[in-house]
Amino acid sequence: MSSPTEPGQAYAEFVKGLWKENPTFVQVLGMCPALAVTNTAVNGLAMGVATLFVLLMSSILVSSLRRLIPKQVRISTYIVIIATFVTVADFALQAAAPAVHKELGAFVPLIVVNCIILGRQEAFASRNTVWLSAMDALGMGSGFTGALLLLGSLREILGKGSFFGISLFGPHFEPWVIMILPPGGFLMLGVLLLIFAWVKERRQHTSEQAREEAA
Amino acid sequence: MGQLVWIFVSALLINNFTFSYFLGLCPFFGVSSRLATAFRLGLANIFVMVITSLCASFLNEFILPHAPYLRLISFIVVIASTVQFVEMVIKKVSPGLFRALGIFLPLITTNCAILALALFQTSRSYGLLQGLVFAVGAGGGLTLALVLMAGIREEAELSDIPALMRGTAINMLIAGILSLAFMGFAGLFSGSA
Repeated sequence: MSSPTEPGQAYAEFVKGLWKENPTFVQVLGMCPALAVTNTAVNGLAMGVATLFVLLMSSILVSSLRRLIPKQVRISTYIVIIATFVTVADFALQAAAPAVHKELGAFVPLIVVNCIILGRQEAFASRNTVWLSAMDALGMGSGFTGALLLLGSLREILGKGSFFGISLFGPHFEPWVIMILPPGGFLMLGVLLLIFAWVKERRQHTSEQAREEAA
Repeated sequence: MGQLVWIFVSALLINNFTFSYFLGLCPFFGVSSRLATAFRLGLANIFVMVITSLCASFLNEFILPHAPYLRLISFIVVIASTVQFVEMVIKKVSPGLFRALGIFLPLITTNCAILALALFQTSRSYGLLQGLVFAVGAGGGLTLALVLMAGIREEAELSDIPALMRGTAINMLIAGILSLAFMGFAGLFSGSA
């Protein structure tokens, strides 16, 4: 069943999750954890890595079992597989970093219902080889981690004046407390989406101009 | 009694699931373009949350003390199958109600707000009655958020928004401002978390 795949394809599956199909900024999936735990960079990073782990392990297991899982009960099977790995991640995080685990609270168990993970199982891992699914999961997971890290860093810098707990601006900086509170999450993501839409439009505009000039 | 009122108001306004915990955002942004639909989704949410709370109370009482590592899996499986079962009963008994709420049930069964309700109920060790009050409050809070958002979005559709901001970006900003407004409720009860 291991059909020979070119190395280029695996690379493409990995890269697409980073930017072109970024789960947070392009597909706008998995909003709950993306906003809830990104009040500091550390929390965002921990959440991203935990999600990456669950996504990778579930994708590997689902794609290796894809011929055995009956079509009618596939969704429930995926959920049980995902829930198992989330339990593992939850206990591991609790043992390794109790402080971070306490801050993330109920949001680690809530990785189970993150639509990115179930979405990748249904859309990709259930019909591709183990190797490609792992690359896809790594790409999507890294894209998600990157997005959380970006949101968390910006919110921590603006809301606390620090980055990974290190003070940046000295004592005279007046923090925007609102940024680390819930409304700041919505506002920051809204502004980021706006900036990305603007950049995309600018790019399209310049490429159209270049084409017109060439013609 | 006072504690029950506090649980209800806290879940409804102060710790609103949508605006202060960011739970159930997918349907919040997905189904909030029409007021009538948003209201029905909210009602379906209350309904599923009450069932969830009953299931979670049962599991916490009888099963989970013996096998705590099964918490997540058993919550998901039991909640999803109970909701599906109740859905079948409603379809048989009251087709009108099923038509009004039925299409939403699969959408919200494994929604993060539903699972979070069960997890919060467990971590705060609410009993049966407290859990039910918590479920109705949280569901009411989601309904409130959906209805407010849908009302604003219906208006926003008619106003002159720059093309770049249309879609997700403006919805995020509206939600942010609503969330700011909800922060005002934090002073409603003094001195309790």
